[in-house]
Parts: sequence; C-alpha cells; structure tokens
Amino acid sequence: MTLTLEHFLTVSILLFAMGLVIALSKRNSIGILMGVELMLNAVNLVLITFARFGESTMSITGHAFVAFIITVAAAEAAVALALVISVYRTRGTIEVDRLKLLRF
Amino acid sequence: MNPFELISPQLAILIGAGLILVYDAIFPKDNRYLPWMALAAIAVSVSFAISLAVRGEYHVGFEGTYSVDKFSVFFSVVFAGIGAAVVFASMNWVDRVGRRKSEYYALLLTATAGLMFLAGARDLITIFIALELSSIPQYILAGWGKDERSGESGLKYLLLGSIASALLLFGMALLYGLSGSTFVPEIATFIGENASDNRSLLILASTLIIAGFGFKMALVPFQMWVPDVYEGAPTPVAAFLSVGSKAAAFAVVLRIFFEGLNAEILSNDWAMIFAVLAAISMTVGNIFALVQSNIKRMLGYSSVAQAGNFAIGLAAIAVVGQEFTLAASAVLFFVVAYAFTNLAVFIAVIAISRHLESDDINAYEGLAKSAPLLALALGIALISLTGIPPSAGFWAKLYIFNAAAQADLAWLVIVAVLNSVLAAFYYLRIVRLMFRNVEDQIGSAPFAIPKSIGFVLGITVLGVLVFGFFPTPIISVAREAAAIFSIG
Repeated sequence: MTLTLEHFLTVSILLFAMGLVIALSKRNSIGILMGVELMLNAVNLVLITFARFGESTMSITGHAFVAFIITVAAAEAAVALALVISVYRTRGTIEVDRLKLLRF
Repeated sequence: MNPFELISPQLAILIGAGLILVYDAIFPKDNRYLPWMALAAIAVSVSFAISLAVRGEYHVGFEGTYSVDKFSVFFSVVFAGIGAAVVFASMNWVDRVGRRKSEYYALLLTATAGLMFLAGARDLITIFIALELSSIPQYILAGWGKDERSGESGLKYLLLGSIASALLLFGMALLYGLSGSTFVPEIATFIGENASDNRSLLILASTLIIAGFGFKMALVPFQMWVPDVYEGAPTPVAAFLSVGSKAAAFAVVLRIFFEGLNAEILSNDWAMIFAVLAAISMTVGNIFALVQSNIKRMLGYSSVAQAGNFAIGLAAIAVVGQEFTLAASAVLFFVVAYAFTNLAVFIAVIAISRHLESDDINAYEGLAKSAPLLALALGIALISLTGIPPSAGFWAKLYIFNAAAQADLAWLVIVAVLNSVLAAFYYLRIVRLMFRNVEDQIGSAPFAIPKSIGFVLGITVLGVLVFGFFPTPIISVAREAAAIFSIG
C-alpha cells in the first residue's frame, strides 16, 4: 500500500481536532499548552504533506513555513512557561478554573 | 533600491529597543532617559516612513513579501503614534513599579515594530511572523503588573492567543495547499481562475483565518479574553491592546481578503460572515457593557462593540465588490478616529484611577468638581465613542454607516444605529456621574496629574476635536491609502 495525500491529511486533521478538544477542555494550563502544541504540529504535517505531494515549486515554501512555525512555537512556549511559573508563585495553582479571572 | 530602506521605519524602532537594553546593561543606575530613548526611536521611525512616502518610494521588496505602499505607510505612522502615546502614558506607571524599566520599553517597541510589519506584509509566512512578533511581547506586557490579576491576565491572553494562532495557521496551510503559494497576489491569481472548484475548502480556510484574526480584533465569539485581560493588565498595556493590535488585525484582514481572496464567488460568503459577526459583536458587547461596574471591564466590552463597527466596514467592502474604495477608506478613517478617542479614554482613566485608587465607575461621581479639566477630557472622549457631533467618532460612524448603506446592508445599519442608542446609555452615564453636583467629595484634594500623562491626554483630546471639526484632511488621506486595493 502506498501512502497518499489523503492518508496524511486525515491524520493531520485528526491530530488538529484532538489538539483543539484538549486545549478547550483541559483545566490545567500545561495541559492547554500541550493541546496547542498538538494543533501546531498538525499544521506542520499539513504543510509538509502539501510540500511533498504538490508541484515542485511548492516544496521549499512549505518547508520554510514549518521551520518558522517550530521556532515561533518554541518562543511562545518559553513565554508561556514563564507566565505559568509567575502565576504559580502568586496563586499557588495553575488550574485555570481556580484562578480569579481565568474562567473560560 | 536597497530593500532594507523599505523596512527602515521598523528597523529604527527595533534598533531603539536594542539600544535601550544595552544602555540599561551599561548604566543600570541611570534609567531616567529610557522612555525618551524609546520616543526618539519612534520619532526617527516616523520620519523614515514619511520620507519614504514623500519621495514616492513605493516598492515591493524581499521577493515580494513586504510592500511599501500608501496603505502600509498610513498604518505604520498610525502604529508609531499609538506606540508613542502608550510610552507617554506608561512613564509614570513604570516609574512606580520601579523594576525592569528597560525591558518594558524594549518589549513595547518590539510589539510596535511587529504591528508595523503586519501592515506591509504580503506573504502568509511574513504575516504570521509579524503577528507573533507583536503578540508575544504583548503577552509578557499584559502580565507585567505586580498584582496577581496581571499575571493571570497575561496567561489567559497567551493561552487563548496561541489557540487562535493555531486556527489561523491551519487556515493558512489550507490556502497554501490549494493555491500552491503563500504569496498573497499569487493566491489571488489562483482564486481568480479556480475559485468555483474549491469553493467549500476556500470557505473553510477563510473561516479559520477570520477566527484567528477575530481573536485579535475582539469580535464575538472570540472575545472571551477581552474584559478579563483589560481588567487585569496594566492600563497603558490595555490601551495598546485595544487600539494597536485591533487596528493591525483589521489592516491584515483588508490585505488578505481584498488582495488575496477577492473573487465574486467567495466574497459574498465572507461578507456575510463579517456582517453577522458585526451584528453579534455590537449587540453582545453593548449589552454586557451596560451592566459593568468596573470601568476597565466596561471599556473591554465597549471595545468588543467597536470591533463590530469596524466589521461593518469589512462587510460593506466585500458586498460592493470592485468599487470598494469608499468602504475601505471608511475603515481607515475609523481606525484613526478610534485610535485618538480610545487612547484619550484610557489615558484619562489612568490619571483618574491613579488618584482615586479605584476602577469603580461609581467613584467617578462628582469628579468634575475636583478635576474639571480631566472630567472634560474624559467627557469629550466618551462623547466621541458614542458618536455625537462634533467629534471624530461621529464622522467615523457616519462614514462607515454610509458605506454599509451603499452596499445594500440596510439591516446592518439599523442594527448598528439601535446599538449606538444602547451604547449611549453607558457612555453618557459616566459623563452624567462626573458632572453631578455632590456636596462633600472624598477626592476633594486637588488632582496631581503627571506632566507626561497631561501632555498626551491633551494631544489625543485635541485630535478628537480637530478631526471632529475638520475631518476632510484625514478622509482624503484615508481615500488615497485605500486606493491601492482598487487596482488589483
């Protein structure tokens, strides 16, 4: 069996949906962040898939986009963890429904 | 021409941010000049932007990913002005917090530069990087305050913001997969030829992109962060979020949708999305604003309602089709009027809550007696937000309603006018409270307004009044800046 465009896209859409459900349902800040990471990696998979299966001119743009997304995600995670630590120091919890303002 | 000359306004600001950090590392004791260095960087940046416009150096650089045109210069100047106003408004507060001053100004400058990049970006990758360049510093700034609420609001803004950017990226990835390019003009060519074959996927992609930017614009249903973050974040930062990042999101949406996705078969669909979002945002924002007792929360919901007004302009542009310069210039004029008005409100609130040490609306009672000038300034700004003449806000609303009416969106105009009546209740309630006569005022001690805040409050209120009496110059500038879309 050969893997086709549809296989890759199905996997990435499933990954993205799982990430979104996790991000919206988790109460723990770190859990939400993990959901977001899953969503971003699903996007990376989509981009790489299109770069692989599309016309040859497409490929380099897709790879470059993925590299940028990975970098930005790392920067975002660093800031997120710093904020999580700062909130933990003042409030003693990172469960978002126990925080005063964070009722979503 | 040297491509780096095209981004010289942004480079000036980023170099300024770097110099501030270096200066602080060398002279850690001497931090009085940091805000002035930030202002100098912004001044240099504005002069570069204006010199590009005066010399007529409208070019595309960096393989077509960044474009200097009238539109991007217009927004660059607006964002630089917003950055400068926020630096003035923060000076006093940053001194009182007293720690890490250099980082605060450096982050503020970085966020401003990110907004300026957004205005000229013409490639999905560049748009994404510019968006994050402005967002990540804003997450940190929102959590800057000493109290626990500030940290929480920063965390909340970041968590929801990263979900929004993941949605945006998925939409961008779909667009890339369909059209084979991340370059907005090439996407436009693809859509011009093949829109009808891939209509449902294109609509899915544009919905995801609208969700991503709707978060930044504070449109309902992506508004849940707005009141909490505005309440928890330091007030100068809230001012920056409410004006800067919202205007930037509208600039990018204009760019992506009207340069890239502007095919007749599609535009009616997303015009409908914008029209519905506009109606919901105005209604929800105004109803929740009515019942708030904290002024910063109220301003948060008011900002949701104002985002609805912006979105009316977007819907109108799309419906009219190729002849949309009127509506596009209405959105640009609204950006300027809204920037002046909302900055004035936030700066007045900074000055008042510094004295009263409370954000409770009821504490504003009888303010006109102890601080007549401040009450007058806030009153004028609130009148402009309501849209009563002769203020900048009146012309902005009139202009945008007119554009919507021309685009046969009569139902939307009716919803908007009803909402303006609703909004008048809570805006004018504060004006009435301030000018009510009370016998013994607790805050009867004379108000001490820091010079920097007084100065920038004066400028913004003057702007509201000047554009209220003489709106024509800004309207003609907005027309010229919007005209770039009519060609493509």
